[in-house]
Amino acid sequence: MLKYALIPLLPFAGFLIAGLFGKYLKERAAYAAVAGVAGSFILSVSAFIDVLGGTIIDENLYSWFAIGNLTVNVGFQIDQLTAVMLLVVTTLSTLIHIYSVGYMHGDKGYARFFAYLELFTFFMLVLVMANNFVLMFVGWEGVGLCSYLLIGFWYEKKSASDAGIKAFVVNRVGDFGFLLGMFLIFLTFGTLDFTDVFAALSGPAAAQSYMLLGAEIGVMTLISLLLFVGAMGKSAQLPLYVWLPDAMEGPTPVSALIHAATMVTAGVFMVARCAPIFSLSPTAMTTVAIVGGLTAVFAATIGLVQNDIKRVIAYSTISQLGYMFLGLGVGAFAAGIFHLTTHAFFKGLLFLASGSVIHALSGEQDMQKMGGLKRKIKVTHGVFLVGSLALAGIFPFAGFFSKDEILWSAHNAGEVGRVLWMLGVFGAFLTAFYSFRLIYLTFYGKSRIDHEVEHHVHESPKVMTIPLVILAFFAITIGWIGMPGAIIPHANLFGDFLAPVFPVLEHGVANHGLERWLMVFSVMVALAGIRLAYSLYVKNTSMPDRLARSFKGTYNLLLNKYKVDEVYNFIFVDGLVHRLARFLYNITDVKIIDGAVNGIAGMIRRTSEGSRKVQTGFVQEYAFVMGLGLVVLMGLYYVLK
Amino acid sequence: MLHKAIFIYFAAVCIGSALLMITRRNPVHSVLFMLLLFFHIAGLFVLLNAEFLAAVQLIVYAGAILILYLFVVMLLNVDRESAAPRANRYWPWLTLFGLLISAEISFLVLRGSFPADAGQQPMTLAVGSVRDLGIELYTKYLVPFEIASVILLVGLVGAVMLAKKIKD
Amino acid sequence: MVPLYWYVLLSAALFTIGVVGVLSRRNVFIVLMSIELMLNAANINMVAFSHYLQNLTGQIFVIFIITVAAAEAAVALAIIILLARNRGSVHVDEFNLMKG
Repeated sequence: MLKYALIPLLPFAGFLIAGLFGKYLKERAAYAAVAGVAGSFILSVSAFIDVLGGTIIDENLYSWFAIGNLTVNVGFQIDQLTAVMLLVVTTLSTLIHIYSVGYMHGDKGYARFFAYLELFTFFMLVLVMANNFVLMFVGWEGVGLCSYLLIGFWYEKKSASDAGIKAFVVNRVGDFGFLLGMFLIFLTFGTLDFTDVFAALSGPAAAQSYMLLGAEIGVMTLISLLLFVGAMGKSAQLPLYVWLPDAMEGPTPVSALIHAATMVTAGVFMVARCAPIFSLSPTAMTTVAIVGGLTAVFAATIGLVQNDIKRVIAYSTISQLGYMFLGLGVGAFAAGIFHLTTHAFFKGLLFLASGSVIHALSGEQDMQKMGGLKRKIKVTHGVFLVGSLALAGIFPFAGFFSKDEILWSAHNAGEVGRVLWMLGVFGAFLTAFYSFRLIYLTFYGKSRIDHEVEHHVHESPKVMTIPLVILAFFAITIGWIGMPGAIIPHANLFGDFLAPVFPVLEHGVANHGLERWLMVFSVMVALAGIRLAYSLYVKNTSMPDRLARSFKGTYNLLLNKYKVDEVYNFIFVDGLVHRLARFLYNITDVKIIDGAVNGIAGMIRRTSEGSRKVQTGFVQEYAFVMGLGLVVLMGLYYVLK
Repeated sequence: MLHKAIFIYFAAVCIGSALLMITRRNPVHSVLFMLLLFFHIAGLFVLLNAEFLAAVQLIVYAGAILILYLFVVMLLNVDRESAAPRANRYWPWLTLFGLLISAEISFLVLRGSFPADAGQQPMTLAVGSVRDLGIELYTKYLVPFEIASVILLVGLVGAVMLAKKIKD
Repeated sequence: MVPLYWYVLLSAALFTIGVVGVLSRRNVFIVLMSIELMLNAANINMVAFSHYLQNLTGQIFVIFIITVAAAEAAVALAIIILLARNRGSVHVDEFNLMKG
């Protein structure tokens, strides 16, 4: 058990070292940090091998607190799902830590950065290893906190600290749902341990229903929907996705680790972990699938016209998260987790590679001021291309296998599924288009780089490129572990590995012929997207401007991200929050709280002015009072006895 | 009967010298009455079969502590203003207060449930002996004994630190 | 034989005299000696009970009380020397720096 407990504790130790002694260690703090995650990675591999050998851990370390009939333990559960997540989190975390050694070099918050990153890794591991909802929530909030700290890492920049606050507040809305879901689970089942809750699902408690707004809603549906609200916040789904693009204000390794590979997938993980609950409610499943599908296309359309290199990838992340939820929603839980895994690698790669581009251009993020970089930064270009091919879902890169499995499951999931499949294929087209628009604008064509910057263009140091190459290798190969039956029968190692965790909800029968045709079709669609990007941004470079002019309304709507931020601002921030805040300030704060505080202070002052006269300073008078106490006590004894 | 007579003698001298001790103007006189008091308390200890404590009472209290007082009183020698009142202005009330305390204690003691013949038998020689006391002190009460030595050390160091002249 | 309560009454009388001394005298030496008197009153009680209960614990406690009294006397006299040196007085009612 100690081995498993050390998986989260090693990064925590690294956090303590880097955080407490960062001032003295300076850049050496990175060694402690990398050592912490690397140790955690090695232990995770060992844990994975244990699980592969059939050892499922579900053990309580100690009792955290017990109130009434609620007992919350600190305990770890390591099953197939957790093992996969452990590998994903620790691999990415280790590589990104190494990359950051080079990327953050010379930053004045160097040690602080690694301390936060370590703390994040700790909380993420707690989240995936928890064996009950409360501990999972601890990790859930912890990663949210670290996300806030790291988005606002350059806190002297106003936009960065604003983005941190926005992420925190939007996540709070989701967490509210998660909390309510947890309460309802406890109310229904009287426990919060995963095993106990899932065991009780077949009992009578799960069949209850509530009357809400005149409609009868089953308790399982209600719990699922509330939990899904939490997942929407953390995993940036419609309508709570607005924080993720702004989160790109943080350093690029943070975007890669937290806002692409791990934290934002926590929602997906949570839904997958609660698969037994969700699978009892068709309504909730459909909701998850529809929200996922809509988000996938919606975010992709915004990504089409963005000019900030990191924002394009951010919208792509939202869109890919949508695919994951689409997969979960149609009952293909393993496919969703599979996409989570492949996405973690290729999207982490894309972010780190874009960080390398930004590094090469001395901090420039606007793609309109790039171009022609292919010759100058060859390694970055190569890995970027691999990442984009994986993202676009071209055979045999990783994204192809996972996205295709999701689309195939959607296609099999009835009429709604068929519509979602169409959305997904359309999204795949958009994905291919924007990812290659990114490639062409950045690496091809004529250089639009500022002159001062152009002299300094240089390839990143080895400590950054080696993690990139490793990630690129995974971005190609990681998909092969989930080989669909249509290509090589009975070779879906990933699906088989996860099969014990998830309920079986397969629709229809395997139809390898049709599946093969659909695969070819989706690859064709993706290739068409790439071709379109090629003709618009390499061949005929004046075309995009003309298009933008002739479809001015649409273009501006997309460029301004559907003005969702403005609408939210108008309704929630200005309308609700400010008015409420003014009320709270004028009435509650000034009148009630300040009044009470000042009143109590005044009362205490008057009392003490009176009572200080008692303090004469003469020791004998104090002694007399003691003697008086003796007399009174003895008198009391006499009276009472 | 003889025991009672001896006790009454010791008790009377104790109370008398205690009263004189707290009423003398000159502290040197007070110290001397205190000395008398300690001798008679030692006598009471002998009456109670506590010969070792009687010796300690004389050696430590009378011999060491009181002589220290005497030294300091004579060293400072500040109490020469004979006109100043020796007690503060509340002393009659405080005397009444003291009477109240002793009345209360007496009341509780007399009402108390000591058996009239409690411990009337003479103490065996073994119980009062120095040997038994030593065995008890160095086995069962070894740790408190060591702590007491630390307290003495602290008192020693504290007294030296306080009384030495600070050079600056 | 002497009844136990005689000793207790004697000890109560001595204790009370000590209390009155502590509370009423101005000279700090006599205040301190009154405290010693109160400790001695307690000692008499201890030894008396030790004798009547045939138990040595009471006598052991007297040894500890004497130890503490010795330490206390040493420190207290050092403080008095300081007071006399700095304030030129040994009268307790002249020290009221802690007045509120």
